[in-house]
Amino acid sequence: MRSPRVPEMATQEVQPNETLTHLKTESDTLKTKLEEERAKLHDVELHQVAEKVDGLGQFIMKTRRTLKGHGNKVLCMDWCKDKRRIVSSSQDGKVIVWDAFTTNKEHAVTMPCTWVMACAYAPSGCAVACGGLDNKCSVYPLSLDKNENLAAKKKSVAMHTNYLSACSFTNSDMQILTSSGDGTCALWDVESGQLLQSFHGHAADVLCLDLAPSETGNTFVSGGCDKKANVWDMRSGQCIQSFETHESDINSVRYYPSGDAFASGSDDATCRLYDLRADREVAIYSKESIIFGVSSVDFSLSGRLLFGGYNDYTINVWDVLKGTRVSILFGHENRVSTLRVSPDGTAFCTGSWDHTLRVWA
Amino acid sequence: MTINTLARGGWDREQMACFQKMEKVIVAMQDPDMGMKMRNQRLLITVIPHAMTGRDMITWLIQKYCICEEEALHISGMLVRYGYVYPLKEPRSLVLRPDESPYRFQTPYFWTSTRWPASELDYAIYLAKKNIRKQGELMEYEKERYSVLHKRINHTWDFVVMQAREQLRASKQRRKADRIVLECQEQAYWLINRPQPGAHNVLDMGLERPNNLSARVTLVSDIITFLYVSYVPVPFVKYSEQYQNHDPIMQGCLPSNPWISDDTAYTRVLGHLVLLVPAFAAPVDLVERWSFSFMELLNDIMGRREFMIYLEKEFSAENLCFWQACEDIRHGESSRIVEKVEEIYKNFLTPGAARWVNVDSKTMDKTLKGIRHPHRFVMDDAQMHIYFLMKKDSYPRYLKSDLYKNLLAKAIMNCPTCLFVLSACSPS
Repeated sequence: MRSPRVPEMATQEVQPNETLTHLKTESDTLKTKLEEERAKLHDVELHQVAEKVDGLGQFIMKTRRTLKGHGNKVLCMDWCKDKRRIVSSSQDGKVIVWDAFTTNKEHAVTMPCTWVMACAYAPSGCAVACGGLDNKCSVYPLSLDKNENLAAKKKSVAMHTNYLSACSFTNSDMQILTSSGDGTCALWDVESGQLLQSFHGHAADVLCLDLAPSETGNTFVSGGCDKKANVWDMRSGQCIQSFETHESDINSVRYYPSGDAFASGSDDATCRLYDLRADREVAIYSKESIIFGVSSVDFSLSGRLLFGGYNDYTINVWDVLKGTRVSILFGHENRVSTLRVSPDGTAFCTGSWDHTLRVWA
Repeated sequence: MTINTLARGGWDREQMACFQKMEKVIVAMQDPDMGMKMRNQRLLITVIPHAMTGRDMITWLIQKYCICEEEALHISGMLVRYGYVYPLKEPRSLVLRPDESPYRFQTPYFWTSTRWPASELDYAIYLAKKNIRKQGELMEYEKERYSVLHKRINHTWDFVVMQAREQLRASKQRRKADRIVLECQEQAYWLINRPQPGAHNVLDMGLERPNNLSARVTLVSDIITFLYVSYVPVPFVKYSEQYQNHDPIMQGCLPSNPWISDDTAYTRVLGHLVLLVPAFAAPVDLVERWSFSFMELLNDIMGRREFMIYLEKEFSAENLCFWQACEDIRHGESSRIVEKVEEIYKNFLTPGAARWVNVDSKTMDKTLKGIRHPHRFVMDDAQMHIYFLMKKDSYPRYLKSDLYKNLLAKAIMNCPTCLFVLSACSPS
């Protein structure tokens, strides 16, 4: 039996005669009441249900490819649907398209700004989108002619009032979803550059987003510096669910493969799993010995493993069901800034401040 | 020492959390009962008290956190990099050696978090002291910085030199051992807060994140009490179990993981369909996954094509065509929405249309009304209706059909390492 969703929150401007403390007390009282109600029920924790599941053996994953060529910190990367090409962007403004299998560089573009924090591959494999400190998201069609100057065909799509933190194509090359340091997310029509929908609700920089793999394909989740992860309806622009359990900035959010949950990684050194239908956090992935923040997370194909790239240069692999850490991987010589599992689940790629990308399998 | 009175306003939230956690570890390490054993270390002719070896730290960490040696080495390495522990033998090499090399805890006075941000004034005084103490002891990069500072804060230079002299005088009155310790501590602090050019700068935070917290307060009103049911997260276990065998990272994949074996020779051959682009996933795996959910079938290009072939045989292909056309509107260019909606109306919704789709009357009415003012989501209801129609009716029948079963059998046959299955599963 499903629990009905809490309807949209009404927002009001603070009345001049109401004090901030009064309102805060009221909201705290309500929160406590909700928690008391929850505690009365006999919820079963995820790791309890997973007790009967077989444990995972030793995992030996190694770096199988190292991609060298960026001259500065690698900030973002994305896989092409062909499962071997990768686009990556770095602090020095360079965006490179690689054939990760052969480690050859296929295209390179120099952006007019530094700190290109977001990049994404188009579903068709024929274009890439990127942006950063220029506050824009631009689309570059990839030409088969290696000599062609990609920068000439650049198309400016999104315009924000602060840095672009993440971007993603929706199901086609024609739409892009962006998140920004200006606290908003936005959906754009690539061809015209028109703003289709904007999403307001975060109280601080939005750092990450991920599109839901659901049947109706209409929602996405975003995480920000306000410690909140928000789920949005793309059609109406409304925030339909919100989760605030992290203790610091949320750097990365990623949907569980079935679309019923999502994971988040934060500067508070934990990863967390949120169940969308139950509307709550269901697992925390943390260890006393893990001190540094998580910069990016992604699931293995079955959703059983969660990979986290950390600011202490390591990758921790978590058993999603049991909540335990399965493995820790070393190799990078500086922060891991981005991590994505390949579309067919055979490997994952990490980008780091040590200027390299690595493919692990 | 000068007291740093700069406010902590600009402190990065992320770093503060990390520093606090590292400090907890450091404090635990020095706990009189559960902490590490310290000893005296000889440094040239002096004896330095309260020191420990790299090996000691690793052993303690392994025991305290139940981790492996590699991870303990990594954590203790971070403690050195961030200045909580400094080496006695090679002070400029901020690396943890897992042997008998001696290390010491940094005094909290010199924790980076205590004196943040490191001030230019303090750095100038430190360099001045080094300069005065032993003429020419400054390294090249320190000399450069010294002269830059001299220009930049020239107006306070008298104060800098005076402070430096005063501090040197005070330190001469200390015991030799104490003096050496203080010098080591101070040097360690500056190695981290003003690293040598080219050296790894742990304090590089990346971009500032302007925390523009809104001043508006969101009032939560009209919360309708809603029903809670006890929560049992079984779906995740079920999903993971179903997909586990198809997770290449967990179970390996057939014939091999291409990233490990470097083998791209394997191309997908599915009866009449041959893909030119080498694909890594074994078709058996993929064809099987089509049976897990309707979404899996539709999301895979080959799956969709095969399903279309089946629907054509059943004379219900218009449903999938309609669904695809609606997807095209939803995710396509804004400029072509009107044109595409008209196409759909003509081909699928007009009574007597060649590929008329069977939508219930209520949805049809709503859609036809909406078409008068076409927008991106005008087909949503109709699309969803047809989607669930296919999911409930055509999809399960497809999975039971000979078409699908033959495909699966062929896929198994074509998989080289599946040849042993042939005897059990004879092709029809």
